[in-house]
Formats: sequence, structure tokens, C-alpha cells
Amino acid sequence: MSKSDGSDMSDKSDVSAANNKGAVTAPRLRRALAYIVLITGGLLMLVPFLWMLSRSVELPSEVASPGLGLIPKHFRLANYADALKLMKYPQLYLYNTLKVTALTVVGGLFSSSLVAFAFARLRAPGRDLLFILVISTIMLPAQVTMIPMFMIFRGLGWYDTLLPLIVPAFFGSAFSIFLIRQFFLTIPKDLEEAARIDGCSTFRIYWQIFLPLSKPVLATVAFFSFTAHWNDFMTPLIYLNSIEKRTLALALATFQDVWGVDIVSLMAASTLVLLPVLLMFFIGQRYIVQGNVMSGSKG
Amino acid sequence: MFCSPAILGLLAFTLYPALASLYYSFCNYPMLKPPVWVGTANYRTLFHDPVFYKSLSNTAYYAVFATPLGMIVAFLLALLLNQKVKGLAVFRTMFFVPSIVPMVAGSVLWLWLLNPQYGLINTLLRSVGFPEPGWMADPAWAKPALIVMSAWGIGGWMLVYLAGLQDVPRDLYEAAEIDGANLLQRARHITIPFMSPHLFFTLVMGFIGAAQYFTQAYVMTNGMGGPVDSTKFFSLYLFQNAFQYWKMGYACAMAWILFIVILLFTLLLFKTSARYVYYGGER
Repeated sequence: MSKSDGSDMSDKSDVSAANNKGAVTAPRLRRALAYIVLITGGLLMLVPFLWMLSRSVELPSEVASPGLGLIPKHFRLANYADALKLMKYPQLYLYNTLKVTALTVVGGLFSSSLVAFAFARLRAPGRDLLFILVISTIMLPAQVTMIPMFMIFRGLGWYDTLLPLIVPAFFGSAFSIFLIRQFFLTIPKDLEEAARIDGCSTFRIYWQIFLPLSKPVLATVAFFSFTAHWNDFMTPLIYLNSIEKRTLALALATFQDVWGVDIVSLMAASTLVLLPVLLMFFIGQRYIVQGNVMSGSKG
Repeated sequence: MFCSPAILGLLAFTLYPALASLYYSFCNYPMLKPPVWVGTANYRTLFHDPVFYKSLSNTAYYAVFATPLGMIVAFLLALLLNQKVKGLAVFRTMFFVPSIVPMVAGSVLWLWLLNPQYGLINTLLRSVGFPEPGWMADPAWAKPALIVMSAWGIGGWMLVYLAGLQDVPRDLYEAAEIDGANLLQRARHITIPFMSPHLFFTLVMGFIGAAQYFTQAYVMTNGMGGPVDSTKFFSLYLFQNAFQYWKMGYACAMAWILFIVILLFTLLLFKTSARYVYYGGER
């Protein structure tokens, strides 16, 4: 039964568990068929990864040999060293990417949650109208604001720096504000009133009551924002010019034409760019899955 | 006071740029010189620009095929996973992981999977004797290649559907089964109506995403949109106008057309949704 494995999916397990027992069990054949399709489909999803890993340790001369190439004939880890060398400044790219993601995640989390708190709890005239205005900016395609933003950042002398990638996050993102606000609305009012009677300031209510209670949603937003910024391509492409200022995603994309048909190095480099994201996923799997569902079903 | 970051951000990063880009769209703005008002000249040129129409039809092609394909694959997977299968968490991870792969790394990987000579896909087709398309090297196959690739990243939608399926009342199925409804009838009259809000949500999001399709096409064609403009999607052409030809005013006009198309289409979907989206009770 799905509930027992996916305890994070829903909290009504007791209700539907009772319903499930009464349900007529699916015929055996149909279940077997379901497994076959699922296993085949799952393997199909994983095959690209396998191919990438296999190619990344293959001898460069062997990539053109016949066969699917899912199992490498050689195991040459030196390909990774070669790929790093070809990337020219891998440590700088990593540093740039880490700097951008760390700052945007922390900054975005702080300001988005603060704004979400205001929208969820503080009374102010026009609050709901403002909230609708903020939310409606999700609809506006990035292409509309892209060019004037470019002009502004260029005017500030920020072209070819990491600042245009970092600073906007500090003003919160509409999507994060929305997710966090929905969660804040579920926190009981009594808690806040009790704290206020005890003389707690508004900021302390936010900092010491709301934030600690909202760890799941904050983790979800943090992971979303991490992957979004780690993977972002268009913004670095627009703003970064010097080779040593690039982020990992941009470096990977721009090197692919320099390397030409060097599959081996390219696959080694792709593996290296991918690894941190996969790692983050396995650490935070629960929150990412939850967040995805939240953003989808309650949207 | 607490709202100030949002208000500031909204003004500085959304309202002002949006209005400015509307103004620029009526200007000749070659980036290094200040904008000069030219009225509707940009829009008039656009409507006579064959590449503009090409990019529009490329984008429509992609949206029309990739969105439903993704929805169908994701929905079938979710239905299968909802069959009380063992190892749900493992399967869920398998199907979801591709969707978090950085777009650039995914595109580089797929460019090679689709390589006509060394790629996995053509090697496979060759071994069973099927014809081997040129994929990204062939104008007729480049868009289908990108659509196939998009089906790899539908894990997020699958999760949305899977969560939605948990809310479909089980007793309805039992009642239908007693009444002799077969699998297909049950799917049509119970599952799909109950899932329609989720399907609708992914349809809207899928459409908006497809309208702005950019990174994969850029990475896989080195920003050219080739072969022969077959992958020159709307956003890619917009980007080229802005940052390769420095026609900022022209690009802004394109951006506003994009916004209006998205807005109109989304409104249309929402207006008609009352007919095919069922919201159980007052949810």
C-alpha cells in the first residue's frame, strides 16, 4: 500500500487505509503488468545517467566503438582530471556557483518569510490587494523585465559581476512568499496572542515562533531555490562575460562547443556538475517531494 | 514596514522594468544609444518578419506536443504507482530524479544521447534495424528530439498527480464496480473528473513553460536555433535580438507579444475550465 512507504505524501492514512481493506484487490495479471511497465519505465529514466557515467570513464578512443556503451570497457578516472583541466578554472566556477546559491538561498529565505509573515498576520490597509499584486507577478514572463533589468544593472556598473544574480533574491520571490504564507496561515492564532500577552515583540513572534514551526516549508523553499540558482542558465548568460566569473552551468554550456566531440571530458564534467544536485536531492528528498506536491496541488 | 522588501522588490524588479520594457517596445533602442520613440514601428516590422513567424510556429509546435505528451506519461505513471505497488519510494525516486537535473547538464547529456553516430538512441535503433533519424542535425527531427527529451523531466507532474489520486474517494470505485463499470468507464467517470484540477494546473503551467522554452534549445544549438531555424523558439529569437543584435526595442516588443499571448491563452483556459474542471464540493 502506498501510504506505508510514502508516509510523507498525506496524513489521512488511517482513513483511506480502512477504505483500502475493503477495496477489491486488482487481478494478478494487471499488477504484474503494472510492475513490468514501471520497472521498464524506471530503467529508461535511469539509462541516460548510466550512459553518462559509463562514457565518463571510457577511453577516448573507445567511444566510437559499436555497442550501447552502457558498460565501459575501461575505467579511466583520469578523464575527470582531464575534464577539470579543460574547464580552466573549475574551482572558481564552483566558488562562484556556491557563492551565488548560498547567498540567494539565505537572503531569499529571510526576506520571503518576513514578507509572508506580514501577509499572513499583520493588519494593514490594502494588504490583500498588495498580496494579489505580488502573486500576479508570477504570471509575468521573465522576458518582459529582462531588458530593463539589464539596463539598470549595467547602469549600476554591475555587468560582469555576480551581483545581478544575487541581489534580486534579497527582495524575496513571489513564489516563495506564496508557499510560506500558505503555511503560516495554518499556525494557530492563540499561540501568537499568548506570546503577545507575555510581551513578545512582533519580530520575536516571527523569529521565535513562526520560523521554528515552519521548518518543513522553509526547507522546501530552500531546496527549490538551491536547485533553481544552481541550475540557472539565462541570467549568468546575460550578465557574465569574463571566463573566470562564470558559474558551473554557464561554463559547462560554453565549453561544449570548445570541446567539440570530446564526449569523454564532457560527460565527466557533466557528472561533476550534476553530482551536488543529486546529493542535495537525496539529503532533502522528503522536502523536495513535499514541496513539489504543495506547489502543484494547492496552486 | 514588514512589507517593505516586497514593495521595494516589486517596484524595482517588476513594475518599473515591466513599464520600461513597454516603453522601449515603442522605441528604437540599439543599447549604446538612448531610446528614440518610433511609435509602432517595431510591431509593424515584427509582423513582416518571417523569422518571427517561424519562431512562433516552432514554439506552438513544441507546446502542442510536449505538454500533452508530458501530461499523459506522467498521468499513466501516477496511475501505475497508485496501484499499491511495493517499493513505491524507489520508483518515485527513479521517475523524479531526471526532473531535477540541471537543464544545461541534461541538455549536454541528451545532445550526445541523440548524436546520430555515437548516441545511445541511434545505436539502439540501428541494432533493431529501425531507420536512424538525424535528430538535432536534421531540421525535421530537431523539434521531435526536444519533445522526446522533455518527457524525461515529467517527474514533478507525476508527483502532483500521485498526490491528487490519494484524494479520489475509494468508495466511488467500489460502487462503480458493483454497478458493473469496467476499468475504462471508471477512469473516465471517476478518476479523470476528480483529477481534472490537477490536470488543468499542469496544462496551464506546461503551456506557460513551453511558451518560454529557452535553455535546452540554446545549449543544444550553441544559441543558434539551428538547423535552419528549426529550433529557433520565441524566447531564443527574443534573446538573439536583444543580446546578439542589440535590438533592445524590438526584443521588448517581442516580450510584450509573448506576455499578451500567455495572458490571453491562460484566460481562455480559465474561462473554459468551468466546463471540464470539476472541483469537488466547494474546494
